Amino acid sequence: MTINFDNQRPIYIQLLEHFQAEIITGSWSPGQKITSVRELALTYEVNPNTVQRALSELERLNLAQSDRTRGRFVTEDLEVIKELRRDSARQMTEDYIRSAKSLQLDQDDALSLVKKYWDEEEGGNTL
Amino acid sequence: MSLIELKDLSKNYGHVRALDRLNLNLDGGRIVGLAGPNGSGKTTLLRILGAFDAAYSGEVRIDGHKPGLETRSIVSYLPDKTALSDWMTANQAIAIYKNFFADFDEGRAREMLDFFKLEGSQKLSQMSKGMREKVQIMLVMSRDAKIYLLDEPISGVDPASRKTILRGIISQASENSLVLLSTHLIQDIEPIVDEIVFLDYGRVVLHEQADKMRAERGQSLNEAFEEIFA
Repeated sequence: MTINFDNQRPIYIQLLEHFQAEIITGSWSPGQKITSVRELALTYEVNPNTVQRALSELERLNLAQSDRTRGRFVTEDLEVIKELRRDSARQMTEDYIRSAKSLQLDQDDALSLVKKYWDEEEGGNTL
Repeated sequence: MSLIELKDLSKNYGHVRALDRLNLNLDGGRIVGLAGPNGSGKTTLLRILGAFDAAYSGEVRIDGHKPGLETRSIVSYLPDKTALSDWMTANQAIAIYKNFFADFDEGRAREMLDFFKLEGSQKLSQMSKGMREKVQIMLVMSRDAKIYLLDEPISGVDPASRKTILRGIISQASENSLVLLSTHLIQDIEPIVDEIVFLDYGRVVLHEQADKMRAERGQSLNEAFEEIFA
């Protein structure tokens, strides 16, 4: 699987966002071992140093931990993952509100649209 | 000390100035893109770094040494024109490289041959351009070198082969080695380079970390290239 990178933004940030999405959606489960830097570099066809940098950021955000002998793991702290999910949901909501406002919808319109299409959207688990 | 250190490097071909007081330091553990218009000095620079051209002025240090026999043992160089003969098979080319270079790792060569889906017994004359380019990359990257100089490794091959070749380079570049690859197809190498060096008229006009450049300019490397050389 590859990502279509936007070459105008730092690639390590886009990788970090992708890894975060993997964790939120459960594609990477809590406590799971993270594939090696080289493997990830090959998977996403990017420079190994860029992967390393994204993973270091993931650790800095407490979403991963590395163990010198065993490798690197997704955090087991469900609170941290929940927090990330909340953050990401807030961001998406803000994006929606901004778009709705730019279309000059008021809050009632926006909410009723969400209600109206909520059930129609099938399996829309896209992050 | 950087792995490659260049100070006031100049080179003339008759009246033509190919390199013009060029200054550049490159460290290990990186994949660096060398870009510039035709005639900007990319091939000339790589030839000097590979110790295939000693007629220059200025200072060149490869891992602390002047280019020569000593540095050739730590530099793996892919020239822009192939040195392999058509009658050879990939297996024979591997045997020749093994004889020639103490750091040639046959296991790695076989691994890459598989990765590229090449048949060792096939003659080069029976191979497509993309396949021959893969054989070259396989040979050059199978050396356990400190520096890999790749002159236009992906030009003239189809997009699918380009991808495979770049993947081959990522898989073999070690943590401490330096890969310097020249290209005019910047969009293809964007995600795999740490640093980019733009040459123009034999000088370095820009040398920057790729992600830093994207963050600061909000531009892709390719867009920056087009802006600078417009």
